[in-house]
Amino acid sequence: MADLIRDNINKDGIDRRGFLQCMAWAGTGVLYSLHGGILKSLPLMQGGMSGKDMAKMKGADFSFIQISDSHIGFSKEANPDVTATLQIAVDRINSAAAPPEFLLHTGDISQLSKPSEFDTAEQVLKGAKAGRIFYVPGEHDVLTDDGRQYLDRFGKDTKGKGWYSFDHKGAHFIGLVNVVDLKAGGLGSLGADQLKWLQDDVRDLKSSTPVIVFAHIPLWAVYPEWGWGTDDSEQALGYLKRFGSVSVLNGHIHQIMQKVEGNVTFHTALSTAFPQPAPGTAPSPGPMKVPADQLRSVLGISHVNYVQGNHSLAIVDSPLA
Amino acid sequence: MKCIKWIFGSTAILAIAVVLTAATRPDLAAASGDKSAGGATVKIDNFSFGPATITIPAGSTITWTNNDDVPHVVTSDDNKMFKSKPLDTNDHFSFTFTKPGTYNYYCAIHPKMTAKIEVQ
Repeated sequence: MADLIRDNINKDGIDRRGFLQCMAWAGTGVLYSLHGGILKSLPLMQGGMSGKDMAKMKGADFSFIQISDSHIGFSKEANPDVTATLQIAVDRINSAAAPPEFLLHTGDISQLSKPSEFDTAEQVLKGAKAGRIFYVPGEHDVLTDDGRQYLDRFGKDTKGKGWYSFDHKGAHFIGLVNVVDLKAGGLGSLGADQLKWLQDDVRDLKSSTPVIVFAHIPLWAVYPEWGWGTDDSEQALGYLKRFGSVSVLNGHIHQIMQKVEGNVTFHTALSTAFPQPAPGTAPSPGPMKVPADQLRSVLGISHVNYVQGNHSLAIVDSPLA
Repeated sequence: MKCIKWIFGSTAILAIAVVLTAATRPDLAAASGDKSAGGATVKIDNFSFGPATITIPAGSTITWTNNDDVPHVVTSDDNKMFKSKPLDTNDHFSFTFTKPGTYNYYCAIHPKMTAKIEVQ
């Protein structure tokens, strides 16, 4: 638990009201921008960004949006209409004053890997005004057929079970898969083949290259008791130690958490479908049920303890890291 | 005949013992209470299998029921002996254990969920 940001100890003027506004709705993405190799993040809010927020993004080399955990097909009490909230997220993306160059979807596109669920997700996401969407699978996307369907739809031209890398304006992006071939009693897993590939993939990169890693399950031990971590993530991060700036973007836990460890910044995104409880605050990590008319406020409250700072990953100064 | 009586007698005692244990152990009571002919049930609640250990005679069928709002996949540790389809809320999966032994299993997508079956 020592890794969690529990309170806002930064004197950044973000009060509870301001924070709740930022976290107003699950259908939220996070807009990232790269400033000289340092990632900065801003939550996407209704009506686009304020002038102040725009100023923060000014001078960015480029920006992209992370979207996560759409769970299309989920229809339980926690959110009976996840397609609508994904649509809200897409609307927010399209209303951003600084359009993103691409989207990263960090998995759990579907609830049960059903073709109809993938169809709906693709249909809604197609409406996003972004260059393209890069995906990594969540465990819900590879429930059947050994993940073949996911690969055919979202993972063309990827390696192994769907891992890959690409370069964009001087930054190196690495999409990892940690939701397949999981071992009894374990956490998320990258596996030997993928680790070997990763080692080779970064071998010839200059250490000054900004590296952005994205995967579904957190690549740090958020809360292993609930499976919120990846067994062999340390080995993967070991290959990235020499880089001056590494950002790790994950989903899976349906809440924002950040941690800085040396040159590595970890960040988990909100879901567009339903919230999950803070670690250890419920009997299980299952969807958090709230009355429909309280959904927004409870979602906001459920995230209060984590994200602070001025929404800049670069300057999150976590004393607990 | 003595032998047969003895065998039947011990079975009866064993049966009483099982009932008594079940009465004092809520987890076992839940399992044996749902027993139908040669079967037992394991419930999935809050990302855990209940009971975590279940003892059955060879030839029994276990039926798993998922009560969670998230899917689970009941899978033997060797990933070969048995593996359910993704179980959505209220979905069932059954498997018959013919040979005595200890069978460990887990949820293929939430591998922290582990449990075992003792087949006698």
